[in-house]
Amino acid sequence: MSPLPKSCLYKPAALLAVPLLAACDGPLSTLTPAGPAAVQIARLWWAMLIGSGLITLLVMAMLWRALRHQSHDHPGPAAERRWIIGWGLGFSLTVLTVLLGFGLWIGERMIVRNDATPLVEARAGRWAWEFVQPGPGGAPVTTQGILYVPAGQPFDVAITSFDVIHSFWVPRLGGKMDAIPGHRNVHRLMAAEPGIYEGLCAEFCGLGHSFMNFRVIAYDPAGPLPAFTDAPEGRP
Amino acid sequence: MTPRPQDDTQNDAIDVTADIPANPPQRALRLHRELDEVWRDLPGWRGFFTSVNHSTIGKRFMATAFVFFAIGGVLAMMIRAQLATRDGAFLDTELYNQIFTMHGSIMMFLFAIPMLEGLALWLLPKILGTRDMAYPRLSALGYFCYLFGGIVIVLSLLFGVAPNGGWFMYVPLTDKTYSPGINADVWLLGVTFVEISAMAAAIEITVTILRCRAAHMPLTRMPLMGWYLLGTAVMMLVGFPPLILGSILLEVQRAFDWPFFDVARGGSPLLWQHLFWLFGHPEVYIIFLPAAGALSTIIPILSRTTILGYGALVAAVIGLVFLSFGLWVHHMFTVGIPHMALSFFSAASALVAVPTAVQVFAWIGTMWEGRVQFRLPMLYIMGFFATFVMGGLTGVMLAMVPFNWQAHDTHFVVAHLHYVLIGGFVFPMLAAIAYWMPLICGRWRVRGLGEAAFWMIFIGFHGTFFIMHLTGLLGMRRRIAVYPENAEWEWLNLVSSGFGMVQAAGFALFAFDVVMQWMFGRRSWRNPWQAPTLEWAMPLPAPSYNFASLPGPRQPDAGALLALARGEGLLAGAPRGWRETLAVEPGSGKPQHVAVLATNTALPVATAAAIGSFFGLMLAGLYWLAPLGIIATMVVVWRWGALMGTERDHPPVQVAPDMALPLHWQVRTTLGQTGTMVLLVADATLYGSLLFGVGFLTVVAPGWPPPDSGVGTGWMLLLALAALALMAAGAIAARLAESRRAQAGGRVWTRIGLVLAGLALVMLVGLGWGLDDPTRHARDALRGAILGFAVVHGVIVLMLALRSHVDARRGRIGLERRGAVPAWQLFQVFWLGTTAASLAVVVAQEVLA
Repeated sequence: MSPLPKSCLYKPAALLAVPLLAACDGPLSTLTPAGPAAVQIARLWWAMLIGSGLITLLVMAMLWRALRHQSHDHPGPAAERRWIIGWGLGFSLTVLTVLLGFGLWIGERMIVRNDATPLVEARAGRWAWEFVQPGPGGAPVTTQGILYVPAGQPFDVAITSFDVIHSFWVPRLGGKMDAIPGHRNVHRLMAAEPGIYEGLCAEFCGLGHSFMNFRVIAYDPAGPLPAFTDAPEGRP
Repeated sequence: MTPRPQDDTQNDAIDVTADIPANPPQRALRLHRELDEVWRDLPGWRGFFTSVNHSTIGKRFMATAFVFFAIGGVLAMMIRAQLATRDGAFLDTELYNQIFTMHGSIMMFLFAIPMLEGLALWLLPKILGTRDMAYPRLSALGYFCYLFGGIVIVLSLLFGVAPNGGWFMYVPLTDKTYSPGINADVWLLGVTFVEISAMAAAIEITVTILRCRAAHMPLTRMPLMGWYLLGTAVMMLVGFPPLILGSILLEVQRAFDWPFFDVARGGSPLLWQHLFWLFGHPEVYIIFLPAAGALSTIIPILSRTTILGYGALVAAVIGLVFLSFGLWVHHMFTVGIPHMALSFFSAASALVAVPTAVQVFAWIGTMWEGRVQFRLPMLYIMGFFATFVMGGLTGVMLAMVPFNWQAHDTHFVVAHLHYVLIGGFVFPMLAAIAYWMPLICGRWRVRGLGEAAFWMIFIGFHGTFFIMHLTGLLGMRRRIAVYPENAEWEWLNLVSSGFGMVQAAGFALFAFDVVMQWMFGRRSWRNPWQAPTLEWAMPLPAPSYNFASLPGPRQPDAGALLALARGEGLLAGAPRGWRETLAVEPGSGKPQHVAVLATNTALPVATAAAIGSFFGLMLAGLYWLAPLGIIATMVVVWRWGALMGTERDHPPVQVAPDMALPLHWQVRTTLGQTGTMVLLVADATLYGSLLFGVGFLTVVAPGWPPPDSGVGTGWMLLLALAALALMAAGAIAARLAESRRAQAGGRVWTRIGLVLAGLALVMLVGLGWGLDDPTRHARDALRGAILGFAVVHGVIVLMLALRSHVDARRGRIGLERRGAVPAWQLFQVFWLGTTAASLAVVVAQEVLA
């Protein structure tokens, strides 16, 4: 095969992909991941989307054929074997086992282990976030509405609540974790590159829920430290 | 006309080898008049308050549910209007919070559950070949509890005090600190009041399926709808008690400051989440199973064949019932439970797709093996397939823990749950309505309207929710009112809102179609779909008594229509002027006795009003007046018992030429006996949920161990042991009251039992003095709840013992007749067992502390 037809095929495909990928973009999009956890989950999503799309097409095709197919017999044991044992049990169990294994493997890679990963505190209260992170010289610094973390390194977030249940979520970095009064949940994340990542409260917490946002600023650990300032009025 | 597909006896629902000779034929019209006189509702407005007939109550449930569906739909349109633009100024945040909370709560508790109850109440006796549900008065009581509770919940919206904490009511957001208003109380009390109807329906459906089938219809061959509704009812029996318990505990915390969920005093907000989702997840399958039952009924008939894999479908139903109780935690993947534990629930959540897949492929296989007739119900069934398959697949995605961490609480989940609920419940229900309408109203539909409604609903639905998956993946959370900084979501939401209006218009057109059919459709001929099932073995529309004579081995399917109308089946007519039907052996369907059912009475509505007065006083915060509501309820309930029983022995009833059966007053295994046992299963689940709470808080909640208790003193242990001894003696007295019932001694034993129950109750109340202040710590609050459970059951036992004693004195107990004694025995033993377990738990707590 010459390279020519290949690139001919790629070009329109790439052109089509641009608006499609643009549609996936956004400051809170799980589909433009910026850290390993979010990347893994996005990969899992695309794999599941393709698999689900194929299964949907398969079932619809079967249904279409079933509507056309004319038979005067009553379903016998052979038909039962084909539909129940073959498709109902065999097919679904195979797909689910593969998927479960994949999901478990990804989940295991994300869980927090006891190693020397730096810890930051995220404290939720109606309707703002307070963070404690290591500042210059390692001394803890408390900020309102902005969390400062070094880029390219994993960090653990210890999530607590002052009042009702909230949930800590930075979609481009990884999954969410609830802030539950009386409990302390630890969640591991990492920003691959320096940048600003939007975060929010994902659990309904009353009147101010729509505005309970925050910002994660990932700084370059090799460069100068940022100023660790608060977000204006506690809000980014 | 196509011949009936039933051609081998193996496929018959009734065992035709167990022959019962036919009764002599009579004039069908005369039989009709005789039966209708006994079974019909009172005319006019009196009929509304006194009817207990399952057809009336079932239709009423469905019509009321549809009204609430419309209200919930209007709320949905308000949500869509608000979200159509990013700075939506249509609603303020407080109102928006009330509206989305009410949309979810109404659709779940006032539409989906009552709708399936209505379908079950209306259809079940017909498809099983009997004349009514096992407890007609309970059907009516459930309806009025539903109606009154639903009205209060909806009115709260008009007064601006509707629940605003989300349909899942997570604490602490819904406790007194963060929701000081009446809003959360409306939800807790209103929904619990409505749930009385769900529990009533669950008990009735279970007993009706087990005991009220056609003669010699074995459980293993009954129509699949029976299996599906049995699965549904069992799930309701076990699924609703955790929610009811959670609601009671949260309301007690709000009203009396008992800290079950307060972390500062040894409670945990996670206990609420566990109790809520222990109900909330099975709930999804409670809604899905009846819809799937309708599909398993309609698909083979419209494919001119028999269902593929009857046994596999029954196994799938049983599998779903069990699996669905093992995956509630997948609503809680982000609360911080260890990953290995999550993996178990993740696997269970994925596995639940297997029985669902078995059903989907069995349905497709059935269509493949037959010849599909593309009638209107089939169109809605296609809508089901196209929607539900996708909803199921996104469900499997959400069962994957890492993906769930991203998608949880986003619009992806909103899209998923609507695909499952509208795909898995609403489309099959629309198919079911289109299919059974001729039986409901005796008329055929107006051409074209149904198809137009389908396409509007289908296109509107997918237009609204398909892209909502993407909205969620782009990070849009649930339950936000505005999104000023996220312009990228705006076009997606605008599209959803636009198609949402199309969908709403489609549902309105569907309702219009139903009304047109009811009023102007041409008369339908009998059995229009040429179905074999027994609900079509009757004239259209269905008469008040369903069958002029009951089907047996000689009248196994819809082909016996004329024979049944002429009285050739069992128990023809109503010669004694009673509403009679057959009670059968649960497994084989062998006829056991003739049950005389209740006739028109205003007692159910009075009882619902009395129960409602209790809930109303609680809602008004008049806690010290609320016991009046309980007393009113007890007085009315006493009347229920007064109407049961008889003072003399009746001769056996001639059911068929050589078959005479006793009336239910003269047998022990009555429908009431079965129902009491079923009720106690639900009651035991409630108690089990309470013990789960004790265990959960002890292990998980912060703030344990609690402060020292004053309970460990010797006099309390002695008092508790004495109460237990009295309960055990009461159980013996109840047994002797039955075994000596033919002699004067029986009356002595009912009196002794009554005194013993009263003394035990006094001792339990005495224990209350020694308890620690229940507002101090969750442990003490739980002990208060446990004691409260024992006291409530003591009052029930006391009432049953008193009922038995009055029955004995009035001559309602004799050699053949047992009055209320068997029910008293069951409750007495249950009271003894649960109280002994409670004592063991408290002693263990004190010893281990």
